[in-house]
Amino acid sequence: MAATVAPVRIRTGRAAELWLFLLSLVLGIGAYALVGLNTAEQLPGDFVRFAAVLVGMAVVLHLVVRWRAKYADPLLLPLVMALNGIGLAMIYRIDIGLVARGQEAGFGPRQQLWTLLGVAAACLVIVLLRDHRLLRRYTFTAMVAGIVLLLLPMVPGLGANINGAQLWIRVAGMSFQPAEIAKILLAIFFAGYLVSTRDVLTLAGPKFLGLQLPRLRDLGPLVVAWAGAILVLVVERDLGTSLMFFGLFVAVVYVATERFSWILIGLIMFAVGAGVAIWAFPHVADRFDIWLNALDPDVYNRLYGGSGQIVRGLFGLALGGLLGTGWGEGFPQLVPYANSDFIVASLGEELGLTGLMAILMVYLVLAQRGMRMAIGVRDGFGKLLASGLAFTLAFQCFIVVGGVTRLIPLTGLTMPFMAAGGSSLVANWIIVGLLVRISDSSRRPADDARGLVSTETALEIIGGAEPAGSQPADTAQPDPARDWDEDTAQTEVHRPPASNHQVAHYGEDEAGNGDEPTQVVRDE
Amino acid sequence: MSDLIVTVMKVGYLALLWLLVLTAIGVLRRDVFGTRVLAHGSVVRKSRPDGGPRPSRRAARGGPTRLRVTAGPLNGTTLALGSSAILIGRAPGSTLVLDDDYSSNRHARLFFHDGRWWLEDLGSRNGTYLGSAQVTDPVPVETGVPIRLGQTVLELQR
Repeated sequence: MAATVAPVRIRTGRAAELWLFLLSLVLGIGAYALVGLNTAEQLPGDFVRFAAVLVGMAVVLHLVVRWRAKYADPLLLPLVMALNGIGLAMIYRIDIGLVARGQEAGFGPRQQLWTLLGVAAACLVIVLLRDHRLLRRYTFTAMVAGIVLLLLPMVPGLGANINGAQLWIRVAGMSFQPAEIAKILLAIFFAGYLVSTRDVLTLAGPKFLGLQLPRLRDLGPLVVAWAGAILVLVVERDLGTSLMFFGLFVAVVYVATERFSWILIGLIMFAVGAGVAIWAFPHVADRFDIWLNALDPDVYNRLYGGSGQIVRGLFGLALGGLLGTGWGEGFPQLVPYANSDFIVASLGEELGLTGLMAILMVYLVLAQRGMRMAIGVRDGFGKLLASGLAFTLAFQCFIVVGGVTRLIPLTGLTMPFMAAGGSSLVANWIIVGLLVRISDSSRRPADDARGLVSTETALEIIGGAEPAGSQPADTAQPDPARDWDEDTAQTEVHRPPASNHQVAHYGEDEAGNGDEPTQVVRDE
Repeated sequence: MSDLIVTVMKVGYLALLWLLVLTAIGVLRRDVFGTRVLAHGSVVRKSRPDGGPRPSRRAARGGPTRLRVTAGPLNGTTLALGSSAILIGRAPGSTLVLDDDYSSNRHARLFFHDGRWWLEDLGSRNGTYLGSAQVTDPVPVETGVPIRLGQTVLELQR
């Protein structure tokens, strides 16, 4: 069957983004208003300021994207804005509940401040980082910085122990969780490291039961990542963070190699690690006990480490039912940490199953956009980075929602963009900034070279290595080559006419990195 | 506030939340890039979103008017030739997006110069062949000569 194909007119998606921004603002501001109306019969005192700040942030984000990332994905920023707005409303709502119970509150204003910082950070990333491939230069710098940040809370005098986890640092009265930033740095490191080593990991090694096993010595990095995760677990006593990093590593290895054996090996190693942890550390064993015997009265009434929190969260979800109690009409404040670790239960109580499902759908769409841009982007580093970042987002949701709903043992991770906590919010906004940058180059049509990094920079990134087999045959055919600039100006660079071919081929190698690993040369 | 208003607001809010989700999914559905099939069995001229010059009259002088896939996963597909270059590869931004494991993301390029079409290999992994010769430098392409990239064979047709 013959068919005629034509290139589709590429939509930048900015109009769709504007419309979605409008919806997300109505959701965020509307929730804030409803909380005030339902609890006190009047709009919250700072309602106008809140609305203005939210609208202002959306306008700034939209303009920055139009200015610096014209082809960026239209869904990312509005959806994140909606999640953040709903999160702010829920935190404010729980503040009201806590004040009514005579407890310390004031999380709302602090979270608004962090939101401003987060949006500013995302804008900075979009404006300053012109091409995500530049990050590949800092592969090993990112590793060192990431590990230092991970270990920072262990420094005496700087680290702070909150609820038994040594995860925070305290500087000038503010506590910060450096692991959140370390997450981004390690994603950059994994992507940069694996894009150059994936061929070895993919091809070498024996076959066993249909599984392509890696060679023993190639297991080195996996063992290091595993040991690091265990170290975090032991020293910082935080199950969630350790699970996060190990999961991120296994996911990026899988994306890089397409070898299922890596997932299997990762799962087995994690099972072993978790088994040892349960046996060796009482606080991990407690988590399992709470998970399995949550409704046991002894476990429920235990003073420390009991299942009270998780069971009250479940009661809240049950009260919410299908449609929820409505903003401000439930009792989410009865659950400890209702505005951070248990914000999912609070939302489930007031918005019901219907609302919680919608929120989870938003996360799903966000993760899908990340994976989609990983497919579309032309360089291997961008693919791995985008899929790694999208995976962390999705995995974090899974761990949090799974923990709150008792599908898996409860671990202390934050729900991205919603939970009260500044470090997580800022880090996740930076992730969104990176994704916007990657999606811009993923969706940019090949003939729109504006904003692309120059070939010299690309050369510098790949270390000037000469691709095998593409030795240019000088200027034997100078005439057609002159057309290059007019037709497909893929790289915006003024080059001497004599080296036309050479530059073109080098530029190509960077793009060639995007070839899937399946695409090894098969002789026909 | 009365219970009725509270309930209406509650349900309205949920509806709005789902409107956001559904709008997002709608945008996502439209967001499929690459090439699109215009018509089966007939040749439709390539659209020119950039408003560039119309294809010159060379078609009338006996030059090729279309590029046709004669073997491989996209067999039967034709692409009308204009005056702008055609990028062939698996990258979604290519003019002709190949669905072929043996081709590179940006595999080869066809461009019009000095009254004829030239084929240039863009450093592909498995090479580009014109007839039986591997293409290293840009070479002129005659009508009807098979161009092979990976498992795909193309040719220029009148």
